[in-house]
Amino acid sequence: MSIQDPSSPTTWRRFRDSYFLYRLQRDRRAQICMTLFVAMMASLLLTPWLAPSNPYDLAQISLLDSELPPLWIAGSDPAHLLGTDAQGRDLLSTMLYGARVSIAIGFGAVLVQSLLGTALGLLAGYRGGVIDTLLMRMADIQLSFSTLMMAIVIGAVVKAAFGGAFYGDYGVAILILIIGLSEWPQYARTVRASVLAEKQKEYVDAARVLGFSNYRIMWRHILPNALAPIFVLSTVQIANAIMAEAALSFLGLGMPETEPSLGSLIKSGFDYLQSGSWWITLLPGLLLVALVLVINLLGDWLRDTLNPRLHRARHEDSR
Amino acid sequence: MIMFLIRRLCQALAVMFVISVIGFAIQGGLGDPVQQMLGPTASEAESTTLRHSLGLDQPLWAQYLHFAGNAVRLNFGNSYFFHEPALSVIARYLPATLELVAASALLTLVLSVPIGVFCAIRPRSWPSKALMGLSVLGISVPVFLSAMVLIQLFSIGVQVTLFPADTQWGNWLNQLLSIEGGMPAYGRGNPVHVWGVWYTNFASLQGLVYLLLPALSLAFVMLPLFVRLIHAEMLDVLESDYVKYAKARGLRPSRIYFLHALKNTLLPVVTLGGVQIGTLVAYTLLTETVFQWPGAGLMFLDAIERADMPLIVAYLMVIGLMFVVTNTLVDLVYRLLNPRVILTRSVA
Repeated sequence: MSIQDPSSPTTWRRFRDSYFLYRLQRDRRAQICMTLFVAMMASLLLTPWLAPSNPYDLAQISLLDSELPPLWIAGSDPAHLLGTDAQGRDLLSTMLYGARVSIAIGFGAVLVQSLLGTALGLLAGYRGGVIDTLLMRMADIQLSFSTLMMAIVIGAVVKAAFGGAFYGDYGVAILILIIGLSEWPQYARTVRASVLAEKQKEYVDAARVLGFSNYRIMWRHILPNALAPIFVLSTVQIANAIMAEAALSFLGLGMPETEPSLGSLIKSGFDYLQSGSWWITLLPGLLLVALVLVINLLGDWLRDTLNPRLHRARHEDSR
Repeated sequence: MIMFLIRRLCQALAVMFVISVIGFAIQGGLGDPVQQMLGPTASEAESTTLRHSLGLDQPLWAQYLHFAGNAVRLNFGNSYFFHEPALSVIARYLPATLELVAASALLTLVLSVPIGVFCAIRPRSWPSKALMGLSVLGISVPVFLSAMVLIQLFSIGVQVTLFPADTQWGNWLNQLLSIEGGMPAYGRGNPVHVWGVWYTNFASLQGLVYLLLPALSLAFVMLPLFVRLIHAEMLDVLESDYVKYAKARGLRPSRIYFLHALKNTLLPVVTLGGVQIGTLVAYTLLTETVFQWPGAGLMFLDAIERADMPLIVAYLMVIGLMFVVTNTLVDLVYRLLNPRVILTRSVA
């Protein structure tokens, strides 16, 4: 992570000798999670080639095929492994495409919140004083409202202001911004805490004596040493962002049905739960849970691996 | 303590100020109320008169003062859809939400303490391993999904036909694994009318039956967090000297676990609980949507669909106030339970 020069001949060697790989080789559960995660990411990247059909292509959809059950239930069609949804789209393909949207929003939102939170956290921790107080009070206030509530409120206001059509057209960008804006305090707090610890160290004094600018000291000297907690937080936050997106979509504040994410698939399938077609809503739900669970487990493991004391320290802080 | 109280109240007021500014910005910034009220055919003179009578030609700060003054007097204007004061609409819907939150908080407490304590006392037994594994799974399940699974299992029911139906054992297994369903999954039923204006689900058996599935699904959000927290705290406390000493004195294990040890795990539980009450309110939006529970959350979502601005703003202000009050109370209780808290920490 903190490798500065990727072209250096020792990159591979450093990876091979790293504590990270050492731990991975000795933890069966982490290996399973990592394999599952890589497999999921690969299949989502390769979806256009893997998926049996393209759910966005209206020519491939027939309404006559709607609400077919999965293969293991009587009345299914072997062409549709997991059955079809109410519009006759192949459920497996729709789920794969939907998971792509969910993951894209998850990564995008984490990118936004980590950039915003890291910049503000660096600023608050390094400068201190009024800026610090102001930013941290803002973070406290925002965190005291649950982040989900925050995202729903922003989404509601945006939808009420610009209307549903606009919302549908720019769904991905809007969701990334909403979730990014509502979760930045997590990063700001984490980064600020590590900056406060790093600021005391001699190398920062040395850099200051050498006459480097504050900007350079913040980004090139302190930040690389504060990366481990950011990395750990990011895994958990990706899982959170995916859940938040699903919740927003389920409330009708997310992706439209024409370009569904997992959340909007669950929402549109919910109407057919009472008529017995449980697979339309519960199978995408299962995929969502699997995705989030694997990322959460990886995050737990990363936290213990990258910083064995972090868990302990946070724990003691809470009393 | 007095200083702490004053300081905390000032903070709460500052937060309410920020929330009211946001509410004002939403109300003022979105759409033109004059055009909405008069329609597109109004003349210039008409709209100018209305603009003046609404105070919309005044500077922003004067408009904000007007808004804040009304808000303090609990006046948020009339809802566009219901044609009655926004706050009285909310007052009608909020009790249903609060009952849901109370029921699920109760369920969470009743379930999480025994589970957490059990898992800490017997960390190596298979039930506690299974429960801790389930808690990791529980964190990853969105609330609307657990609600749907509950509906599928207990309302719609599951017919298992996996085993051959023509043999006796197959039939028996199918019957055993099938679930009848039949639990109500939509609405509140007929809540009982008590004490003037309050309709409650707690006062009748039928009301409780309607409450069970929504409250349970909402409780699944908090349950894993609380189980994990109580488990972790309890493990720490059981290592401490005073518990060892209590054991050495030969006290009954149940007394040690539930009186001595549990008491000291409660502090973080109170903090988390207070913070999570707010989160719980956010999740009611989802639960109420799935179960069509006629509470404030469902009303808010409908208000968004109808672009009913006064209702949206009033809801945000009420929920904001609830967050601020619970957070302030939690801080005070925390401070009472733990006098070692440093005052400056809450400011930093």
